[in-house]
Amino acid sequence: MTIGITHYLVVAAILFTIGVLGIFVNRKNIIVILMSIELMLLAVNINLVAFSTSLGDLAGQVFALVILTVAAAEAAIGLAILVVFFRNRGSIAVEDVNVMKG
Amino acid sequence: MDTLHADLMLALPELALAVGGMALLMIGAFFKSIRPSVVNVLALGLFAVIAFLVWRQPAGVQASAFNAAYVVNDFTRFAKLVILLGAGLSIVLATRFFDRERIARFEFAALMAFATLGMLMMVSAGGLISLYVGLELQSLSLYVLAAFNRDNVKATEAGLKYFVLGALSSCMLLYGASLVYGFSGTVEFSGIAAAIGGERNLGPIIGIVFVLAGLSFKISAVPFHMWTPDVYEGAPTPVTAFFAGAPKMAAMALLLRVLFDAFPNAVADWRQIVTFISIASMALGAFAAIGQTNIKRLMAYSSIGNVGYALVGVAAGTEQGVASVLIFMAIYVVMTVGVFVCILAMRRAGGQAEKIEDLSGLMATRPLLALAFILLLFSYVGLPPLPGFFGKFYVFGAAVEQGLWPLAVIGVLTSVVAAYYYVRLVMVMINGQPGEPFEKTMGGELRIVLVGTMAFSLAMLLVPGVLVDWAGTAAAALVK
Repeated sequence: MTIGITHYLVVAAILFTIGVLGIFVNRKNIIVILMSIELMLLAVNINLVAFSTSLGDLAGQVFALVILTVAAAEAAIGLAILVVFFRNRGSIAVEDVNVMKG
Repeated sequence: MDTLHADLMLALPELALAVGGMALLMIGAFFKSIRPSVVNVLALGLFAVIAFLVWRQPAGVQASAFNAAYVVNDFTRFAKLVILLGAGLSIVLATRFFDRERIARFEFAALMAFATLGMLMMVSAGGLISLYVGLELQSLSLYVLAAFNRDNVKATEAGLKYFVLGALSSCMLLYGASLVYGFSGTVEFSGIAAAIGGERNLGPIIGIVFVLAGLSFKISAVPFHMWTPDVYEGAPTPVTAFFAGAPKMAAMALLLRVLFDAFPNAVADWRQIVTFISIASMALGAFAAIGQTNIKRLMAYSSIGNVGYALVGVAAGTEQGVASVLIFMAIYVVMTVGVFVCILAMRRAGGQAEKIEDLSGLMATRPLLALAFILLLFSYVGLPPLPGFFGKFYVFGAAVEQGLWPLAVIGVLTSVVAAYYYVRLVMVMINGQPGEPFEKTMGGELRIVLVGTMAFSLAMLLVPGVLVDWAGTAAAALVK
């Protein structure tokens, strides 16, 4: 059996779903949410690189590199906000993010 | 060399804003003695220069640069000028507020510059990559701005919630973008439009759905609105004013660009989605606002509802629809700034008052302020001589033109429901027992902004043609 584009797309779809579930089902720790976001971005990268090779078009790989760069900036901002939240609240449990009810 | 030079000249406003934003950061970092309010004034000057550069970009032509990653036409010009206006006015609102709250920092001006740069990039994006980079530059700056009052639990919680949900929405948008890229073989909007043609294929449709879901987050349309009330309540009030104006305009312009430049051949597909989120937003904005006691939360639901009305024009899917959305959003941005000036004026010795009952008897204690506030609220309701009426009129008109009667009827009905809570505010101001009066700390610059919004209302009444014609030209550049 050869590994075709479908396999890559399925893997990416599964990873993406795990990432979404990690955000919505997770009730413990906000760090886990940050990891889930990374997982979703990596799923998108697998998609892009798979499409890029199967299409023979480089734009997808360039896109993947851009996403990696932005993801690093995003993680930095997310952790910074998490740190100031922890200073004020003394906790990073998901259930403690509840000063405002919406 | 010549093309590079031409490309750089075309992108001059963005380049100047990027360099200017970094310069603001350097000024703040190296001249410790400089007051943050001075940096804010510098940022205002920078925005004025950028607005001038955008203004004198070639009108009436479709120009693109950097291999079509960056696009300039009448539509982007209109959207960018509205965005710059909204962002500039937010800085005016913020300066004195931050000084009083003792949270003034020079980073605010730089963050505003970078957020605005991201918005201008979003509006001018010609492909999926530049779209993503612009969107992230805007979003990352906005997350930090939401948590700007970093010693406050509410503000940091708002920043955290905004970050998590915003990052989730970016991921959804990206997943959709990767599918669209895979099934069309290109990241350019024009190439995507050519590749996704008449025949129905499930792949690109799923891609469109994901992209629309991601963008709905950014415009805070139902069912992706959950972050809005909490972020609006937690963020410092001038930052909330900013969130309610410029980023909404930018995301709406981006939505229009994507729908009409990348997916013009799939109107029937995305119209269903847009119709659904439009109805859901209008309904939720009207009903969920009724029980609110915090005025910033109320404004959040009001903005959700207003995005729903704007989406009615998008659902029409015509040039007229696009023009109506632009008119509606431009009016909405100006009115929102006015309302937030009034909210900023609600200040007592203990700090900023945010409860609706704090407005009680405002008519007796501060009649002029109350009158301006009431006019702006009636404009939101859409009472005829006020600008809000024109916005809704054009939006619903465009929908009816396309036979979308049910959508327009639902829009009018939800407007009536929404009128209830706006009028409740007015009743509190007129009939309520006057409480402790607000401090008269309203600075001259806030008075000027408030008078400016009133002048805008008057101008819309006397010469509505100026804005309408301008939006018409902008829409003609987008819909081919």
